Amino acid sequence: MEVTKLTDVTRVYKIGEVETHALRGINLTIGDGEFTTLVGPSGSGKTTLLQLIGCLDQPTSGSIYLRGEDVTRLNRNQRADLRKAKIGFIFQFFALIPTLTAYENVEMPLLLSGQNNGRRKTRVMELLDAVGLSDRAHHRPDQLSGGEQQRVAVARALATNPVLVLADEPTANLDTANGDQVMEIMQKLNQETGTTFIFATHDPRVIKYARRVVTLCDGLVVENNTAKKKD
Amino acid sequence: MLQLFKMAYRNLGRNRRRTFFSVLAVAVALALLLMIAAILEGEMRGAIDLSIRLHTGHLQIRAKSYEEEKLSLAWDDLVENPEQIVTQLEALEEVKAAAPRLNASGIIATRDESVGVQVIGIDPLSETNEPFYQGMVAGEYLTPDDREGVIIGLPLAEKLDLKVGDTINLLVNTSNGDVDEQLFTIRGLYSTGTPGYDKSTIFMPLAKAQTFTRTEGHASLIFILLNDIDQTDAVAAALQSSQYKIETWREMNKLFVQMTGFANVYMAFLNLIVLGVTATVITNTLLMAVFERTREMGILTAIGMKGRQLIALFMAEAGFLAVGGIIFGLLLGWPLVAYYTKYGIYFGDMGMTGIIFGDTIYAHLTVSDTVILIIMAFVITLLAALYPAIVASRLEPVEALHS
Repeated sequence: MEVTKLTDVTRVYKIGEVETHALRGINLTIGDGEFTTLVGPSGSGKTTLLQLIGCLDQPTSGSIYLRGEDVTRLNRNQRADLRKAKIGFIFQFFALIPTLTAYENVEMPLLLSGQNNGRRKTRVMELLDAVGLSDRAHHRPDQLSGGEQQRVAVARALATNPVLVLADEPTANLDTANGDQVMEIMQKLNQETGTTFIFATHDPRVIKYARRVVTLCDGLVVENNTAKKKD
Repeated sequence: MLQLFKMAYRNLGRNRRRTFFSVLAVAVALALLLMIAAILEGEMRGAIDLSIRLHTGHLQIRAKSYEEEKLSLAWDDLVENPEQIVTQLEALEEVKAAAPRLNASGIIATRDESVGVQVIGIDPLSETNEPFYQGMVAGEYLTPDDREGVIIGLPLAEKLDLKVGDTINLLVNTSNGDVDEQLFTIRGLYSTGTPGYDKSTIFMPLAKAQTFTRTEGHASLIFILLNDIDQTDAVAAALQSSQYKIETWREMNKLFVQMTGFANVYMAFLNLIVLGVTATVITNTLLMAVFERTREMGILTAIGMKGRQLIALFMAEAGFLAVGGIIFGLLLGWPLVAYYTKYGIYFGDMGMTGIIFGDTIYAHLTVSDTVILIIMAFVITLLAALYPAIVASRLEPVEALHS
């Protein structure tokens, strides 16, 4: 079953009189449980594509479906609701709220979803355990290493059992050991929970974990390798 | 919601110095406004209280044709057989004290200069004259049968270089329009703490004043003090008669009542100015926070936080600033107000003729003023946060994430 489908998606940024065509007509379908990597040179449109799939931005033209629903027709609040319920995000920078502990960061999407205290507590500890940080639950981001922060971000992305997790350069600021550890955790969670993961990356370490590689260049999909297996 | 408050509280701890100065701005503004409100209220209350005690009483009974400004001594303008009315009044439960007074215009002539004064004939034993015998600073108070003595205000004595035992030549208008004069001995000097009043008013026993002005058996007015100021209108209504007019302290202090109205308008403007400055500080603080935390707001938006929740977050931060500022403002303002309530602020002679102002203003902070100012400080701080909060709520997630 398809998780997301893009048809003829374009995204044009206009700065003054200058138009930049970030995406020039993308057609792409991502199915349930995929572990897909978007690759391509800088400026190829990887991040823009992730943002559009993640309902953080609206396309200039074309349609984007999430579980069959055309998300381009949704207003700002409806898109926020959709992100809250169905999409998890992992960013390149360690995007945690600095004033909250690891526990509270993971808890935040659950709070926004209105889950009760008991369920929240169980879920947060389950996720922190899954990323190997249950003993660091009450540390704030500045008390955690980069790798630990990114693992908290992974736990947060999965908090609400989303159908789709989007990760933009998740290992870019990590050393090899931490980068591998984060990728292995995500791969394990993908296999165990069946959650679909889409990564945008330059990092060969990430690419080697992907089961499917979509290559972008100048805003177009130039290669769509659906048979990629882990080396 | 609890998490939101927790976040808001912790956000304020990020830049403690900035938070401290924002709280201080609210605190200083509130303390300042409490102090101003207390002084203004104290000034108005003090002035009204003084005017009632010295000049108007709670009520006065006057002849229908009596005009205070003219100090007429024509028999038709005076109250006849005032003692009889006083006896009836003193039988009333609501009346604390009542006494006749005779007002006349006069001139004190010394060797060097002449000064216009108001001469008031009083019943020296009446409780209505308490401020004068309580205020004796030199010499003796009057006795009812004294035929040659007067008491004069301390500022007048200083101005004319007079002392107890000195003799003055006093000229007064009489009931038939003539002017009479007589030598009087200064028995004592009084001070009511109201320089404007004390330097223009001298007292003599009523019987002597009546003889001197040829108004025997008459008085300008009956001065009435009540046990409770709130009973004024009820007693005034009960005393209504076709023969005399009843004036209440409110009617006799119209200028003060108007001034109180002006003072309230003035206070409202002042509140807006002071709190407006504070609001600018708060807006600036939170706007800086928005710009500093733009990416963080992008993250929150990405994980599903809505614009109104971001607004709530900033409003909660402003709420904490307001509550902190209000607590410190009260801790700062109350001791100040308490000090000036007890010791007052000495202004000396404010030089306002015709208006009774004491030389010292005692602060008086009412519960309603305190509550109103607290609410105003809270609401204005929240309003100041509205713009930064709206700016935060309108951030596009993509732009915020890439800031």
